[in-house]
Amino acid sequence: MSNEATLHSQEVIHGVHAHDHGHDEHDHHHEGNFFSKYVFSLDHKTIAKQFLITGIIWAIIGAFFSVLFRLQLGFPDATFPWLESILGHWAKGGRITPEAYYALVTMHGTILVFFVLTAGLSGTFSNLLIPLQVGARDMASPLMNCMSYWAFFLASVVMMTSLFVQTGPASGGWTAYPPLSALGDASIGSKIGMDLWLISMALFVVSQLLGGLNYISTILNMRTKGMTMTKMPLTIWSFFFTAVLGVLSFPVLLSGFILLLFDRHAGTSFYLSDLFVAGKALDHEGGSAILYQHLFWFLGHPEVYIIILPAMGMVSEILAVNSRKPIFGYLAMVGSMFAIVILAFLVWAHHMFVTGLNPFLGAFFVLLTLLIAVPSAIKVFNWITTIWKGNLRFTPGMLFAIGFVSTFISGGLTGIWLGNSSIDIHLHDTYFVIAHFHIVMGVSAFFGTFAGVYHWYPKLFGRYLNSTIAYIHFWITLIGAYLIFWPMHYEGMAGMPRRYYDYSSWESFKQFNDLNHFISVVVIIVFAAQLMFVFNFFYSIFKGRKVTTTNPWNATTLEWTTPINPGHGNWIGEIPEVYRWPYDYSKNGKDFIPQTVPLSPEEEKESH
Amino acid sequence: MSGYLAVLVVVLIFVVIFQIAKASEYVSILKGEKKTRQQANRVNGTLLIVFLVLGLIGVYYCNDALKGRIVMEAASEQGKGIDEMIKTTLIITGIVFVITQILLFWFAYKYQEKEGRQAFYFPHNNKLELIWTVIPAIALTILVAFGLRHWFRITSDAPKEAMVVEITGKQFNWLIRYPGKDGQLGRKDFKKINDANNPVGQDWDDQLNKDDYMATEMHLVVNKPVKLIIGSRDVIHDVGLSHFRMKMDAVPGIPTTLWFTPTKTTKQMKELTGNADFVYEISCDQMCGAGHYSMKANIVVETQAEYDAWAAKQVAQYAVANPAPAAPAAPATTPAPAVDSAHQEKVVAVNEAKH
Repeated sequence: MSNEATLHSQEVIHGVHAHDHGHDEHDHHHEGNFFSKYVFSLDHKTIAKQFLITGIIWAIIGAFFSVLFRLQLGFPDATFPWLESILGHWAKGGRITPEAYYALVTMHGTILVFFVLTAGLSGTFSNLLIPLQVGARDMASPLMNCMSYWAFFLASVVMMTSLFVQTGPASGGWTAYPPLSALGDASIGSKIGMDLWLISMALFVVSQLLGGLNYISTILNMRTKGMTMTKMPLTIWSFFFTAVLGVLSFPVLLSGFILLLFDRHAGTSFYLSDLFVAGKALDHEGGSAILYQHLFWFLGHPEVYIIILPAMGMVSEILAVNSRKPIFGYLAMVGSMFAIVILAFLVWAHHMFVTGLNPFLGAFFVLLTLLIAVPSAIKVFNWITTIWKGNLRFTPGMLFAIGFVSTFISGGLTGIWLGNSSIDIHLHDTYFVIAHFHIVMGVSAFFGTFAGVYHWYPKLFGRYLNSTIAYIHFWITLIGAYLIFWPMHYEGMAGMPRRYYDYSSWESFKQFNDLNHFISVVVIIVFAAQLMFVFNFFYSIFKGRKVTTTNPWNATTLEWTTPINPGHGNWIGEIPEVYRWPYDYSKNGKDFIPQTVPLSPEEEKESH
Repeated sequence: MSGYLAVLVVVLIFVVIFQIAKASEYVSILKGEKKTRQQANRVNGTLLIVFLVLGLIGVYYCNDALKGRIVMEAASEQGKGIDEMIKTTLIITGIVFVITQILLFWFAYKYQEKEGRQAFYFPHNNKLELIWTVIPAIALTILVAFGLRHWFRITSDAPKEAMVVEITGKQFNWLIRYPGKDGQLGRKDFKKINDANNPVGQDWDDQLNKDDYMATEMHLVVNKPVKLIIGSRDVIHDVGLSHFRMKMDAVPGIPTTLWFTPTKTTKQMKELTGNADFVYEISCDQMCGAGHYSMKANIVVETQAEYDAWAAKQVAQYAVANPAPAAPAAPATTPAPAVDSAHQEKVVAVNEAKH
């Protein structure tokens, strides 16, 4: 604390130029008024918390929607009068209507894919960790960072509004394929709800671009002295690749949405042709409904890596810290992420094997899709080797990281099934697909997020989460996730289609009624366990056990060299200089060597 | 009432867990951080290995309980190839799954923190990394090669002797059209669609249309290849044929096709599955609106003789749409058209019911 003078002389000014005037001259505990501190804050840590808490709220809503539609699937004949009290005529007589069911399914997908696992996950951790781990006072542009959150907030408001319009929210699936999503006459959810959905998503893309450009420029330009690219923690590499993916693919999605808006309101026919809807032939001719799918999946596929890469990065870091062992094959980990990024752009049509795609073209997508399994396999083997001969501490973060590796294996392997077009013919759009992507990018990404929250909570709030609740949360979630999604593979192998409101009239699929019942019960239990986590999260902000040391996990990275509750600007005094990579655990008989410790003479010799 | 009770029970469980959690936190502070960590480590380490063992048993049990509910034998020539692919892939991915999960949880259990032990500083090893890059690459090459062989076989052109059936999706049912005696489907135009008597928009000026007939269920001949011409009137649908392992989107404006050879009659499948109600169903596999889940049509696979008998009874849609008394070739006798228009009414009624 003796060098607070240094802090206020120049360093903070360098980092937070745009901040309110009172800040720089005063003590760093002084944080401006309520608005500039908590609402329109420019501090990356506060923005990270804003993303996290908004994400948690959306996650509760999105998960609750899944509980509602699982009630329909698990108890198709039962009525729940309380449903009518919350959903009104959408659940007349206590049974969700098909229209409401499809709206719930659509919103569940949209909310979780975009608002929770994109904004909530990389918004939180990119913002929190990039400046802290590369050694910067704040983001390259704190103002853009703030705008990124508020664009997301606006997107959230619009999406939330769409839940309350009379004709209901969008209900054509989170992929919003036209013509269904283009024609209000084809589906009630394609009326005003769809417009709001498109506007919300456009705002969301704006938020992603503002955030992504910021992440990229911060990582490239604002690393502290000595922090070469190959000395960055894998978390930063993963956020970097995630941001690159987002910046290159989200604009394509936006263009797809704009064309859809034109088709809806300007009479164009980009996606529409030969339609006979609501008793009359439409004027639209010459468009291609498949064009939208190309534009959508050109983002849609990278999107799944946008979701999973940050989780991979955080899991790598958490496994290394809690194994007291360097991550195995650092360069291979970076290289495999790079390979995944490149391939992510070249595989989108594997979502379209049964659209009538030219089979010859399909063959290339099969090849490139299965190629992704190679870097993914490298990562899995490297994680397993990382814990081999370690000295493992099962903190809640560590358990979730191990859970991540387990679910990533399980879900990743079924990707090899679906990526092979001949198998995909049978399994496409069945419960097998639901099982696959929920395990590999839903559950895994959530495990990565939870691992991150538990691990960096001390940095976020200066307190610990209650670990008893954390352990209960972990075990219910891990067991529950497998119980929910594992049996779905079998439903898929029987050809049971996705997005069905009721299977009881199908001779081919009704044999799974009792299984659906079982799955729904587990869903409710797992949902309750998540609420327990949410309670723990908010309770611990105020009442959690206080962190007493700056480096509670004995980690090497820079964020643990800041004060327990860092102010805006992160470091008191100069930003520390970096001399070594972030994974010197158990090296030369030392438990860990922080990145800020210069190489010893022996190490110098070795490196030459 | 029971609802409130359930909520109350859940809240009570929450409170109990919370109290235990809080108490254990106080205890851990008293015991000291190190001791608490060791204890948590032991408990969770044990749970991890228990999870592995129970999990693998669970995988076996789940398979045992559910495998009987899947008709494991494809009912088409092409489906057999797909089943073969699934089996090969299952073996390869299954082996990887079991090995990696065992290593993951076993290592986690075995290398849990012990006093006095230091982790092994092992940052990289080129040989190991090369091995686990090359082996997956080889395994995947094999899978790609086999997969593409089946893929090209399945997506190849239909044989010339294949029968042709057109299937058109609409919200929310399937319209099935047979080409009639000439074996050729007539032209159609979406602007000519009329739900009363011309559901797919046949162009009556086209002579080929004169003998095309619409059917409520699809009749196919066993061991005879069939080519489906697939289309849609409104939104994207998908012809899902789970027992034949076939699937193709129905896209408005862009006709698609698929072909397959059914190898088992409906009767044979009833015996094979032991289900007297067995029926081949066409499911819609692409989200198409509120009635998506009810978009169904049945397929009957039968012998050539049975099929011929059925086909002979069908009435051309032209006769239904143009019941002109002047038409000499089509004796508009009362029974046949009556049946067909009754069917049309039924279709309309069903549609209305679903809206």
